[in-house]
Amino acid sequence: MGNYAHPEVLVNTDWVAGHASDPNVRVVEIDVDTKAYDEGHVPGAIAWAWNTQLCDTVVRDILPKSQFESLMTQSGVNNDSALVLYGDNNNWFAAWALWQAKIYGHKDVRIMNGGRKKWLEEGRDLETAPRTATPASRPYKATDADLSLRAFLPQVQQAQKAGKTVLIDVRSPQEFSGEILAPPGLPETCQRGGHIPGAHSVPWGKACNEDGTFKSIEDLQKLYGAEGVSQSTPVIPYCRIGERSSHTWFVLKYLMGLPNVQNYDGSWTEWGNLVGAPVEKGAAKSAGQA
Amino acid sequence: MKAENFSERRVEIDGWPVNVSSYQFGDKWRAKADNVSPGAGLARAEADTREEAEKRVLDRARELLSRTKRNSV
Repeated sequence: MGNYAHPEVLVNTDWVAGHASDPNVRVVEIDVDTKAYDEGHVPGAIAWAWNTQLCDTVVRDILPKSQFESLMTQSGVNNDSALVLYGDNNNWFAAWALWQAKIYGHKDVRIMNGGRKKWLEEGRDLETAPRTATPASRPYKATDADLSLRAFLPQVQQAQKAGKTVLIDVRSPQEFSGEILAPPGLPETCQRGGHIPGAHSVPWGKACNEDGTFKSIEDLQKLYGAEGVSQSTPVIPYCRIGERSSHTWFVLKYLMGLPNVQNYDGSWTEWGNLVGAPVEKGAAKSAGQA
Repeated sequence: MKAENFSERRVEIDGWPVNVSSYQFGDKWRAKADNVSPGAGLARAEADTREEAEKRVLDRARELLSRTKRNSV
């Protein structure tokens, strides 16, 4: 997997086709559109629903540790299993799941490069019957949450004021400018449009090729380097609810190997609803000027 | 069964770029429309032909996109 800092976090579709029934491998599909799995999926893959199984459904939060452990145990995932994630929209919520798995210390978690789209495009086998995992024989034990991977509002507010952290807004240019409050066709869930003052606009999709795979390390370094990102810079990506930014977080953390990247999952639905929070409107300045 | 004849194209609806993808699965055709950037799915449909499946998702996408309010900035 071409010169990435941590190539072990990516597998290609051939690898998945050859390992999906390996008892030490658990393949999981996580889609934005939770009905996509039912239309057909990688043979042997189970599904996780991002909106019910990968978040606290009462409090706005990621899964509590105990629920993460339960999900893994029920999904037949052992602490030493290879967990392979993929999904639609070039792996948006697969990255969201990977981010949580890393927060809770799962060692071997990987993304299928290109996601669901590449699997379909290559004309591979699809299984339509839903799979139910046999629960793991031993209860899964997660580590305490590694919060160095996550940014909370006070940290983002401090970072915005101090100006030493690169804030990356990964939403569409129209969301960044404030022209729209949410992606076209989706419900609007914030009171104000625009972006965090000083944030750089790098829409998440710029990290991907047309076929959904990730761009080369050289292209990624050029893309983010133009926005002031380097190995020594703290970086906080954000989007609307934290899933698109977990995709960019994955790119920065694992493909580029940046040591200090925190996903701000509160994102615009938190910042854009805050009373008194500073908001900047307008299109992105050219690289290096934001 | 396999996904066959996957194709993808970009169209514009009410000024919004929309990505339409479709493929054959057995004797049915499946289509999906997404909003390009960010890429969230707008609609999916299944029909006997590619044309019909794509028409259904484009009709639904048009309906959803027409509700997106644009603010002046």
